[in-house]
Amino acid sequence: MSTANHGNTHSVRHHAHHYESAEHEHQSSKEGVWVFLCTEILMFGGLFVAYAIFHHLFPETFKIGSKFTDVRYGATNTVVLLFSSLTMALGIYYCQIKDQKKAVIALSITILCGFIFMGIKYLEYSHKIHLGLLPGDWYAGNADMIASEIGNLKLPENIGLYFSFYFMMTGIHGIHVLIGMGLIGWVLIRTMRGEFGPNYYTPVEGVGLFWHLVDLVWIYLFPLLYLVE
Amino acid sequence: MASTGAHGEHNYLNHQKGIWSWLTSLDHKRIGIMYFITVMIFFLVGGLFALAIRTELWSTGETIMTAETYARVMTYHGAVMVFLVIIPGIPAFLGNFFLPMQIGAKDVAFPRLNLMSWYCLLLGAGVALLSLLYGGADTGWTFYTPYSIKHAPAVICMALGVFIAGFSSILTGLNFVVTTHKLRAPGMTMNRIPLFVWALYSTAIIQVLATPVLAITVVLLAAENIFGIGFFDPALGGDPVLFQHFFWFYSHPAVYIMILPAFGVISELITTFARKTIFGYTAIAYSSLAIAAVSFFVWGHHMFVSGQSEFAGVVFSFLTMLVGVPTAIKLFNWIATLYKGSINLASPMLFALGFMFLFTIGGVTGIFLATVATDVHFHDTYFVVAHFHYVMVGGTLMAIMGGIYYWFPKMFGKLCNDAWARISFVFIFVGFNVTFYPQFVLGSLGMPRRYFDYLPEYEHLNKVSTIGSYLIGIGFVVALITIIHGLLKGKPAGPNPWGAKTLEWQTSSPPPHENFHTTPIVTAGPYEYR
Repeated sequence: MSTANHGNTHSVRHHAHHYESAEHEHQSSKEGVWVFLCTEILMFGGLFVAYAIFHHLFPETFKIGSKFTDVRYGATNTVVLLFSSLTMALGIYYCQIKDQKKAVIALSITILCGFIFMGIKYLEYSHKIHLGLLPGDWYAGNADMIASEIGNLKLPENIGLYFSFYFMMTGIHGIHVLIGMGLIGWVLIRTMRGEFGPNYYTPVEGVGLFWHLVDLVWIYLFPLLYLVE
Repeated sequence: MASTGAHGEHNYLNHQKGIWSWLTSLDHKRIGIMYFITVMIFFLVGGLFALAIRTELWSTGETIMTAETYARVMTYHGAVMVFLVIIPGIPAFLGNFFLPMQIGAKDVAFPRLNLMSWYCLLLGAGVALLSLLYGGADTGWTFYTPYSIKHAPAVICMALGVFIAGFSSILTGLNFVVTTHKLRAPGMTMNRIPLFVWALYSTAIIQVLATPVLAITVVLLAAENIFGIGFFDPALGGDPVLFQHFFWFYSHPAVYIMILPAFGVISELITTFARKTIFGYTAIAYSSLAIAAVSFFVWGHHMFVSGQSEFAGVVFSFLTMLVGVPTAIKLFNWIATLYKGSINLASPMLFALGFMFLFTIGGVTGIFLATVATDVHFHDTYFVVAHFHYVMVGGTLMAIMGGIYYWFPKMFGKLCNDAWARISFVFIFVGFNVTFYPQFVLGSLGMPRRYFDYLPEYEHLNKVSTIGSYLIGIGFVVALITIIHGLLKGKPAGPNPWGAKTLEWQTSSPPPHENFHTTPIVTAGPYEYR
């Protein structure tokens, strides 16, 4: 008995030896992805809880800190990620109906959106690093540059804490975006090889679910870091 | 797929040959055996640390090591035993091997992830060991802040090691949840799965939901050491107690990751060796789920004296006592199963009975500690040490040993010498009580835990405790010899030496590559004795 044979979608797809059918394997894999997504939510949950606690303890720090995030960048990134979720969903759909050309386009656009997102993140990060707005102990804000940025506001003593949250939350999210881009690249190559079709599209769907979660986390990060005062 | 010989010659052990075929194996049974070997090696390491601790505590003052060394030895004893022995111990070793077999599956749902989980454990252990190059961590296994955030590279290594090893646990849990949902044999309804599977399933839910919180906690701890992010650092307005909340939100459910699978093993042993249908199958099954659910709401009982509000203390105290209910349900059902059974005192049954005795002491002293008023007195004394060793060693480790002796014939097709196995039980059981019972007394007299030294008044009982630890050591050496002797010289076991009813015993020993010669069709419950 063979294990997974990805090459041929014209005949009935082979499934791993411990499953009854390809459909059985597909359903099980999908459940596995969902369970994994639960672990992701719990992991980010820890960060969100910490955010809630410290926002409650030091509202002033968060109020001033959020002045350093640029809503235009954040909003652009939100739109980019939301759009990429659409193209990801389309990619899955085109794989299902075996429209290879459109699937490749949709998945490529999704990756491109990932690059745009990370590019904007790079601009934001380098600006903050330039101003010395670093997390916690490393905070070394340049007073003159800060004054030109937000005016002559008195900064709270523990303003570094805000940037700890900013960099930890967006950093861990950014790592997820990079991983997601890698995974989409992987299914893109397999799509180009024509491995997916109506009988077999589990990896695209699993990667898609992951990408939607990464998107969803950003939907919460954007208001918390850019909009909330 | 190779065909099965008429004499059961073909099995998972000789399905493929060579060390490489093991290291790349996707067979859940082989991965289970690899976990067996790894966990036993870690257990040896953790055990040597334990003996070093007890030897140091033989007398007051410096006995064999300095205070600094002692703090490190104690840290590694705890970290190795918790993260590398007891947490993977039953699920990843016995569970990996027997969960698919007990539900009539050919493998776990995701064999590649299963193999990956083993490598995660090794990698995590390796990264944690790197901390030794930086002089070793001396924070205790709980890594409490602010002591652990002094830009210490050793703590960073330990944190990242725990993070990676955590993935091992998550992947095992994920695999078990999906396997139990999707891969049951025809007729194997959820009301017919063996209680060991119910226990592993409940454990898997905790592994999946709690471990990610530990992951983010240790990432933040590492970031705290590298960047000084200040979440746990009072100098930046951070809160060290928040670390304790985060840590125990995982680590208290983790206690049930350690003990729930042990309950599952005991359910199997009791019914098999009483030759009687288990009493209260449904109650035992659902009590596992109940413990898993309650486990997420009791973490505050570690922090009664950490400055959390009195109201929170009262709530956590009440919720903690709630755990006693489903636990007692299990214990009473096991006793009811024994009633009028034909009890066979083979070595696995001795460990099961030992478990019931010791775990009850561990559980009831847990209620003492859940009571706010008494905990203020007992907190951070040897009473706590004795309590959780009665649960972890007297509970989980007894179950692992019973499980090894019980399933050894199935795993390797050979019998252990049961007389030797019973001798190992006597040493472990007696030694355990000699070691830890005096610690209850020491704790109630006020001897603080974790300290390198103690007042002269405590010396007598500490000597008793140290002698007991050597007896435990002898017991495990006897057990190791018994197992190795069984592997080399054991008599052929036959498919079902204990006359057990669950599915894994209905196939040849050792099992063939795909577990069953034909897919079993289940028509009755798991324990139809009488």
